[in-house]
Amino acid sequence: MAADEPALAIVVEDLHKSFRIPTNRVDSLKERAVRPFAPREYRELHALAGVSFEIRQGEFFGIVGRNGSGKSTLLKLLASIYRADSGRIRMAGRLAPFIELGVGFNHELTARENVVLNGVMMGLTPTEMRRRLGAVIEFAELEEFADLKLKNYSSGMLVRLAFAVMMEADADVLLIDEVLAVGDAAFQQKCADAFYEMKAAGKTIVLVTHDMATVEQYCHRAMLIADGQIQHVGEPGEVGREYLRLNYEGGDAAAKLTSGTKDLRLERLWLENPEGERVENLERGEDLVIRGELEILRETPGVRIGFTLIDENGHGVFQFGTGTDEDAGPLRAGERLAIDSRVENLLTPGRYFLHFGAQRNPDPRATTLHVERALGFHVFGGAPSQGVVELPHTSELTIAGRG
Amino acid sequence: MSTVSPLEQTPPIPAELREVTGPSALGGGPRRFFDLLWLMSATEFKRVYFGTVLGYLWSLIRPLMLFGVLLFVFTRVFKVGSDKVEHYPVMLLLGIVLFTFFQEATTNAVSSVVSQEGIVRKTQFPRLVIPLSTVVTSALNFGVNLVIVFAFLFAFGVEPAWTWLLFPLALVFLFAFTSGVSLALSVLFVRFRDIAIIWAVAAQVLFYATPILYPVNFESDATYEHFFMINPLAVIFEQVRVWVLTEPQAPTAVEAAGGWAGLIPAAVLFCAICAYGIWVFQRDAPRVAEEL
Repeated sequence: MAADEPALAIVVEDLHKSFRIPTNRVDSLKERAVRPFAPREYRELHALAGVSFEIRQGEFFGIVGRNGSGKSTLLKLLASIYRADSGRIRMAGRLAPFIELGVGFNHELTARENVVLNGVMMGLTPTEMRRRLGAVIEFAELEEFADLKLKNYSSGMLVRLAFAVMMEADADVLLIDEVLAVGDAAFQQKCADAFYEMKAAGKTIVLVTHDMATVEQYCHRAMLIADGQIQHVGEPGEVGREYLRLNYEGGDAAAKLTSGTKDLRLERLWLENPEGERVENLERGEDLVIRGELEILRETPGVRIGFTLIDENGHGVFQFGTGTDEDAGPLRAGERLAIDSRVENLLTPGRYFLHFGAQRNPDPRATTLHVERALGFHVFGGAPSQGVVELPHTSELTIAGRG
Repeated sequence: MSTVSPLEQTPPIPAELREVTGPSALGGGPRRFFDLLWLMSATEFKRVYFGTVLGYLWSLIRPLMLFGVLLFVFTRVFKVGSDKVEHYPVMLLLGIVLFTFFQEATTNAVSSVVSQEGIVRKTQFPRLVIPLSTVVTSALNFGVNLVIVFAFLFAFGVEPAWTWLLFPLALVFLFAFTSGVSLALSVLFVRFRDIAIIWAVAAQVLFYATPILYPVNFESDATYEHFFMINPLAVIFEQVRVWVLTEPQAPTAVEAAGGWAGLIPAAVLFCAICAYGIWVFQRDAPRVAEEL
């Protein structure tokens, strides 16, 4: 029922933001004076290109994206740190204008003074903030160090203090740029509790991160952003899968591929566990499933592919490969091939990579499409051991005879 | 009994959607602006004078040392003082203290926005607070120094006069001028790093171009006086000398300028510099975060 939906907290309409990056920077007055009419060259970087979304009050909203996707720019626009080129942002309630913890701390001042200063930056009056001082110090568990200058604080203590100020400042809308992994386990639990409490209290929280686990843990809804445009908005798990897909599609592998061969292109390549879920890491003993897609760019009788598994030192572990069925007739340009390889996981815990290769078949002169480290993954669980594989074995030690 | 968190006691009130207009010089309302300005200035003042071993004595020692040196040079070596001025040492000290305020505030303001990079780039912050707080901090130092000045005034037998009440008026003008210059410098420095060097030299030139070391009427030829009165600082300093030192020989700013019309250039310059400071700051403040 629409009437029961919470009121809107943030409405963003068709937001654009581009940066002009000077290609030769005029940094001194002298340069200006010497060449007053020299054209100032800029490269236009479109950080956000038409972004629209709505966040409701009480929502915990995640924004994910790779580095340079425009997610931080979006956050800075929301926080009024940048000004949008065009578009409209509307917001309800008081915003905590911080996108990073501990900004505005003066290391020469004591914790008490900094708490008040930070609180005022968040829009409270000095009197109000002094009243809440005790609660902040208590939350941060820094009672003994309240009169210590911040320069003598450890980084963990600083983050705790900053987090406590943010919590106590009691804003209606919070913008957070990757801060959840702070402090020791106990404090992290406290932060998690505080977040759930804020959720319960109907605070609106916008979290920007590239860690999908955090998003899935806390967020009601998430948004994936890439190249300044919204790719997907929806349930966090769904956005997480999109994000992973994007990571592989637009990842380093693809960049190397485009300069590959005229015959073939590796469209995507990913790792699954035996249950068919996309994974980045595998548990020890969990078989690895490599899936992917190849696109044929030029007609060919057949294609052969191969993988080389290497360990983190670059030593080959083993090689495997396969080819298309030559009796099925030639493969035409535009046709797609699905890769589905399964490998019994005998690997010891550690980091591994897969090289990928593909080639026209049969054609001894064909250039090979070769992707170094097309996939990388961890095998985790269990104690580390010598060597890279655990070969199936039986071994017994028995008493052969008593003398 | 279960403990109820304070957050749960206040149900969220559906607030109205308001337009977010992006960064500005004032941003966040006047109350937050003044709270921040005062807090930033006061903590910086405390930091400098309670963070060092000699405490705020430094604030006194610096102008006093300069005063001592200049007093020796100009009364013993060059003998500028004495004849035209009744209380040369007090005039010198007052001038130095006033100019120290101007110089300290503007010099600190130059790099203020750049050095507060974290705040500018990571929070929504009323930008104007940053350069203005350097001016207010310097004003606090100036307040401390004034105590010494008045001690000297009495020690040298300057009689209190009703014109002392006009002294704050001159300070208002000095504060406004200093703020205008500071605003322009702080925001221009973001784009032109040469400003720091240029200003260091310019401030030195201004020190000699303002009647601090010498009385404005050091020559019997009045053209010099008219010339000096183009400088808004000189007008303010001269008037302070008349009001505070109550010297019969000191010409008022109007007299030195040769009539009210002679003050027009200084007034125009004063207004132009203040207006330029506000205008350029207002123009560049929203983009400072991107330029840094």
